[in-house]
Amino acid sequence: MYQYSDFDDAFVRERVAQFRAQVERRIDGNLTEDEFKPLRLMNGLYLQLHAYMLRVAIPYGTLNSGQMRQLAMIAERWDKGYGHFTTRQNIQFNWPRLADTPDILDALADVEMHAIQTSGNTIRNVTADHFAGAAADEIADPRPVAELIRQWSTDHPEFQFLPRKFKIAVTGSPNDRAVTRAHDIGLRMIRNETGEPGFEVIVGGGLGRTPMIGKVIREFLPRTDLLPYLESIVSVYNALGRRDNKYKARIKITVAETGLDEFQTRVDARFEQLRTQFGGADLAMLARIEQAFAPPAFRSAPLGQYDAAREADPAFRSWTDTNLAPHKAEGYAIVTVSLKVHGATPGDVTSDQMRALADLAERFGHDELRISHEQNVILPHVHKSDLPEVHSVLREHGLATANVGLISDIIACPGMDYCALATARSIPIAQEIAQRFDELKLEHGIGALKIKISGCINACGHHHVGHIGILGLDRAGVENYQITLGGDGTETAAIGERAGPGFSAEEIVPAIERLVHAYLDLRSSKGESFLQTYRRLGIGPFKAALYPERVDAHAA
Amino acid sequence: MSRHRHSPKVVTASSLLEGDTVWLTADDRWTRNMSEAELIEDEAVAEDRLLFAISQPDLVVGAYLADAAPSKNGPIPVHVRETLRTKGPSNYFHGKQQQEQAVAPASNFEEA
Repeated sequence: MYQYSDFDDAFVRERVAQFRAQVERRIDGNLTEDEFKPLRLMNGLYLQLHAYMLRVAIPYGTLNSGQMRQLAMIAERWDKGYGHFTTRQNIQFNWPRLADTPDILDALADVEMHAIQTSGNTIRNVTADHFAGAAADEIADPRPVAELIRQWSTDHPEFQFLPRKFKIAVTGSPNDRAVTRAHDIGLRMIRNETGEPGFEVIVGGGLGRTPMIGKVIREFLPRTDLLPYLESIVSVYNALGRRDNKYKARIKITVAETGLDEFQTRVDARFEQLRTQFGGADLAMLARIEQAFAPPAFRSAPLGQYDAAREADPAFRSWTDTNLAPHKAEGYAIVTVSLKVHGATPGDVTSDQMRALADLAERFGHDELRISHEQNVILPHVHKSDLPEVHSVLREHGLATANVGLISDIIACPGMDYCALATARSIPIAQEIAQRFDELKLEHGIGALKIKISGCINACGHHHVGHIGILGLDRAGVENYQITLGGDGTETAAIGERAGPGFSAEEIVPAIERLVHAYLDLRSSKGESFLQTYRRLGIGPFKAALYPERVDAHAA
Repeated sequence: MSRHRHSPKVVTASSLLEGDTVWLTADDRWTRNMSEAELIEDEAVAEDRLLFAISQPDLVVGAYLADAAPSKNGPIPVHVRETLRTKGPSNYFHGKQQQEQAVAPASNFEEA
């Protein structure tokens, strides 16, 4: 893992000291809220419905055990004993007091963490494939590049007041687990025909009120040109992006209004200017960073225990069927620890659970943990012979739910239970859907199905790219839920299609149930997933299942 | 014309230090209990009370007028968002609902 240099450490400490003084001045009345608000947002501190909320960056979703334990300590000491992992690989604390926040930031700095640029019109936390450095299908580990981007973008003087927030995601695998096509910039590591490493650069993707799949602005960018090219894109956006209308300020609108060709021409012109100015410092830095991400020393051991446990314990077998992914090292597996116990809040972990995960990472996982944008925790490097014990410890801590990728592995934003922007609750809908399908004992039979729920049009819950997306809206003071179908956040990205009129909070779970039963009736075989069936048949039969009364009326 | 009719309002905000939801009372206090809030029928008075709230940045943040309805126990929320602000989140027993329970034994004792 990357370790802070003296420069990094001094920078973060100084920012905490500045913020401490700002908080003191706010409390003693020397700063107004208008003056203080941009300062607190620069440090990730929001004011939500019931309390302040501190959003802490987990760069490219990577944590070590010491950092996870510190998050547990912070949750216990200054919050209510839990944290919430978000769809951007951050953690949010929902109940800090204003006066305590500088101490929390100091405690984060002690473990090389911070909340800088987790808000505001800046380049936000850079996200990456949560299986980075471990996945069998990976071309290269995307994290060194993500760390380079983090260092370049942090406090970048030109990019502190962009027209709007700016999100970058990187994947090193052809199978896109980082939703790169729904980011302001998405980077896919590829090799050209001569085997040279580089990136496919995608620009102008995004969800929110105007969802768009990103467009390829550069089919192959040599690795050595990355930072000057990124700087060129952001620089052109900074000049062209609209500041007159918040809803038209994201780069997706700039690219759409300018036209991809014209935008590309401007980026290329800027790139010609900038390319030489970097002078190789970026590459020297990347080389240093790469050393910090050397793969751990994988061991070889017999798999007898693993095979025996799969034979003997159906719960273990079921968990290994759903929660493991192929690892690049022989004998190893990537473990996804589900934070989606049926009926629990997606993405929430208690301090005790955080410590249990830290212990497991230390004992069995080369001290590494990852947070996925799907709000689960990953132990990226576990030898299969250790899995029975890992599973047993997870079970003791309520972390052994075998549902990754299934209908109850739901993404949900905090929604109106916490968020000041939300128009409806997300969490209770996720809880009810998971509980209902658990009662029906159907979820393993249904197979791969991604439900994603957002509590407002800003789409933090990624509903547009859910196979089934749910968007919570406010209809005259009452919660109402719209369904979108056929969304996809992977390399075959697609924006879901709106099915029709919304449903009340009481109607939404039965509606989802009708939809799923329709799929079970319609699928050509057990192997055809919901998304495949949808793509084969289109929205028609699913609409008919959602709105049976309309079909009846038509028939009559 | 009825849709333009002024509906009763309360002045609400977040407390500066905790971020907790508070309401303005008729005697110019900030209360953490909505039932003690001043229910304002007159639109001009509501605007005036809001200005009074905004003039207290050392105590509260983000003051605004929220629709409310009268009840025998004082003003109650109309919108689901405001209902959540009077209670706390629905996934945990945190926030105001928790604070209310914490004081319950004391009030029970008084009644006894």
